[in-house]
Amino acid sequence: MTCDNEVPVPGARVPVRRRQFLAFLVAAPVLTVAVPGTAEAVVPTLPQPAEILDLGDVLILAGAPTEGALAVLSVGEDGVVTLELPRCEVGQGITTATAMLVAEELDLPLDRVRVVLADARPELLMNQLTGGSNTIRSVYGPVRRAAAVARARLLAAASRQQGVAVAELSTRDGAVVLPDGRSIAYGLLTSAAAQLTGVFAAQPKPASEHRLVGTPQSRIDARAMVTGQFEYTLDHDVPGAMPTVVRRPPTINGSVRSVDSGAARSMPGVLAIGVVPTGVAVVAETFGQAMAARDALKVTWNAGTIDSLSDKEIRDKLRAAALPFVVPPLLTQHVDMEFDFAFVSHAPMETNSAIADVRDDRAEIWAGLKSPIVARQTIAAAIGLPEAAVEVHVVQGGGSFGRRLFFDAAIEAAQISKALRRPVKLMWSRTDDLRHGRARAASHHKLRATFGLGNVLTFEHRVASVETDFRHGLGEILTATAAKLPVGGNLSFAQTVFLTTCKVPYNFGVVTSLLNEVPLRMHTGSWRSVYSANTRGAEEILVDQLAKKMGKDPVAFRREFLKDARQRAVLDKVAAEGQWGRAMPPGFAQGVAFHDEYKSCTACLVEIDARDPKNPRVVKAVIAVDVGRPINPRGLEAQMLGGLTDAISTTLRAGLHIDKGLPLEGSYSQFHYARQKDAPLDVRIHVMPATGEPGGAGELGVPAAVGAIANAYARATGVVPRSFPIIFPVDFEPFPR
Amino acid sequence: MPSYTMIVNGKPVTVEAPADLALLWVLRDKLGVRGPKFGCGIGVCRACTSHLNGAEIQPCVTPVAECAGQEVTTIEGLASGDDLHPVQEAWLEQDVAQCGYCQPGQIMAAVALLRTKKEISDDDIDRIANVCRCGTYFRIRQAIKSAAAKMA
Repeated sequence: MTCDNEVPVPGARVPVRRRQFLAFLVAAPVLTVAVPGTAEAVVPTLPQPAEILDLGDVLILAGAPTEGALAVLSVGEDGVVTLELPRCEVGQGITTATAMLVAEELDLPLDRVRVVLADARPELLMNQLTGGSNTIRSVYGPVRRAAAVARARLLAAASRQQGVAVAELSTRDGAVVLPDGRSIAYGLLTSAAAQLTGVFAAQPKPASEHRLVGTPQSRIDARAMVTGQFEYTLDHDVPGAMPTVVRRPPTINGSVRSVDSGAARSMPGVLAIGVVPTGVAVVAETFGQAMAARDALKVTWNAGTIDSLSDKEIRDKLRAAALPFVVPPLLTQHVDMEFDFAFVSHAPMETNSAIADVRDDRAEIWAGLKSPIVARQTIAAAIGLPEAAVEVHVVQGGGSFGRRLFFDAAIEAAQISKALRRPVKLMWSRTDDLRHGRARAASHHKLRATFGLGNVLTFEHRVASVETDFRHGLGEILTATAAKLPVGGNLSFAQTVFLTTCKVPYNFGVVTSLLNEVPLRMHTGSWRSVYSANTRGAEEILVDQLAKKMGKDPVAFRREFLKDARQRAVLDKVAAEGQWGRAMPPGFAQGVAFHDEYKSCTACLVEIDARDPKNPRVVKAVIAVDVGRPINPRGLEAQMLGGLTDAISTTLRAGLHIDKGLPLEGSYSQFHYARQKDAPLDVRIHVMPATGEPGGAGELGVPAAVGAIANAYARATGVVPRSFPIIFPVDFEPFPR
Repeated sequence: MPSYTMIVNGKPVTVEAPADLALLWVLRDKLGVRGPKFGCGIGVCRACTSHLNGAEIQPCVTPVAECAGQEVTTIEGLASGDDLHPVQEAWLEQDVAQCGYCQPGQIMAAVALLRTKKEISDDDIDRIANVCRCGTYFRIRQAIKSAAAKMA
């Protein structure tokens, strides 16, 4: 801790000796004054774990051994190239982006690339997980290399067939072009190319030659979606698989004590009823009839696992769990803040659903699965079949936001199919999904920053969260890579995820962020941006308050303390495009925030109408985003728009109230995810030019928008929000349990 | 069990179903018309939004008996063959869909709105209460305005 290396400080006129700024930790009030020459420079912050190795890097490292097998490409005789992608599309646009990568390398029109989602492929080991904003980062190299090799094979086949050297051939528009200008369509070459032996080494095009990648493209599946032809899990026909629903307990993790199914069995359309670990399953000819019979069941229940807990008890546990600060508030100028965030359902439009056909010797499963290998292993164990006898098909999902990292519906469908000895098409009701589904864990945040002589000297954040469940295989990946992590000791997976995702992007002197989790036996899971929405959102609110106390403008303050030019560029962009500081009528205000994760960064500026503080609306948003190398800017803008809407929802109105072991919210009329009337009338998203390799994008948009909205609300109303969502009454009659 | 005859996307169909069975399940489970999506079952998410005689309904809360002898149009019945409805075209132009699950309902709600009003204001669009959990609202707004301009 006393090394005395010179540390270069961005923008500093005089190098700062590390010993000097470390000294602040021990005696900040005294030594602040005692360090000449540093007052005008920011006090640099040592690199945090997430800056050295982020969660995406961990996933890429874990996938490295199987990277060569990742992308499976086939060239059809019709000239259509099919990419089998071992990831799960849920709306984030990865099928379109990867189709663009294939089309680019093969000089093929985009509409001649098809992307299908690969079944569970256990040989990929840890390389079939869709999470951590990591798909494009992890497939950018492998998919382009596979396509480059396919192109090389097609060229070799044409060369042999025509007796022309490969060097004299080129490719264009889905065909190999001969020196005389004639062209041979790929479809006519594929069979010859398939028979070639030998190794075809080929390098992907340099990015400077990209013509398609980096240009805005529409989703490849958009037409099917707007015509109602697109098939989600429950739109698939599997012979004999009939509509199935489950009657669930009155509290989380309750179990069946007794069932009287007499009345239900005689109802029209009912085919089968049976008890499974999660409740009572009803199979019928239609979902409507299955739900009617479900409601007619008379069930008594055993207690659940958190029956005595409501929001208040959980909040008290979290407050007690927040670890203490290191720096005492005595004798130094400081800002202390505390925040609470409620549980938030993922609530994808397509509820948890799955089709399962379990036989004595084999099983087949269809579902939207972001971790299908672990799903397959777990399902096999649950139904007593060898893993090889279980086929798991990945179906494109109707939203996820982290939800489909878990395979609750798939395993439940398999259990029902086995118990009732028939294929089933399982659908969770919306109430099932909100009350017994997964949620972002509630969290409590304590922050303290100290400052002096115009600098921030220390910045401490203590996060206490209900345990976030990572038992979906992300844990496995992390275990395998744990030795490579820059963090040691006995950190749990949660700690690792926290440390590899959350980082303070500012030179705030000595920065410490610590997570402490409270294990409660309830259903949680990563929710778009995992810890960052709350953790970084809270930090951005503190940053505004710190700026205020230090007498600085929020944009100028951030600009001064951000670590590099790339970060400042997105901030400058929103400040300029959003006319930061423009005059606003009373009750209106602007708010700004910044976020950096997974090698990408973004700034968000919003304008809020909070004339009625109980009924605020974000009316305008300006976002700038730098992902290093955007593959499909149009898709990237869609992700940022989605992140913005998530932030509007969870900051202002959407959350779950836990009451005696169960969320009260049972539908979208009660869980207030934003509607059109809550959405901004004007959204401008600026994609910064490509500068390097692609960073993560799927989760990036949420945290900055959370901070910007909360800051705008504070500036408009004069009240800094401390509890989220800000407007959170139980304004409905809860459904019966 | 009673039987009901109605026109679904231009074709007469007859189904046997309990009178109170929601139209959504008749469409999806009996007729295989799966463009309308389940999202809540109580008419609040509006993912199933379709038309009854050209006006907006939520099939998840519309008993089949109420549709007897009438014309039901789902997202599948909106285009004329390969010619998409201008609202569908606008949805493609703005690249609205993300997961796409709510979009059939969003489109049917927008079409119903544009049938009743030619001049569309932001307030009119705000009244469309269909949930989009991917948060595509701004693109939906732009698509509706674009379609309205083209249809005017």
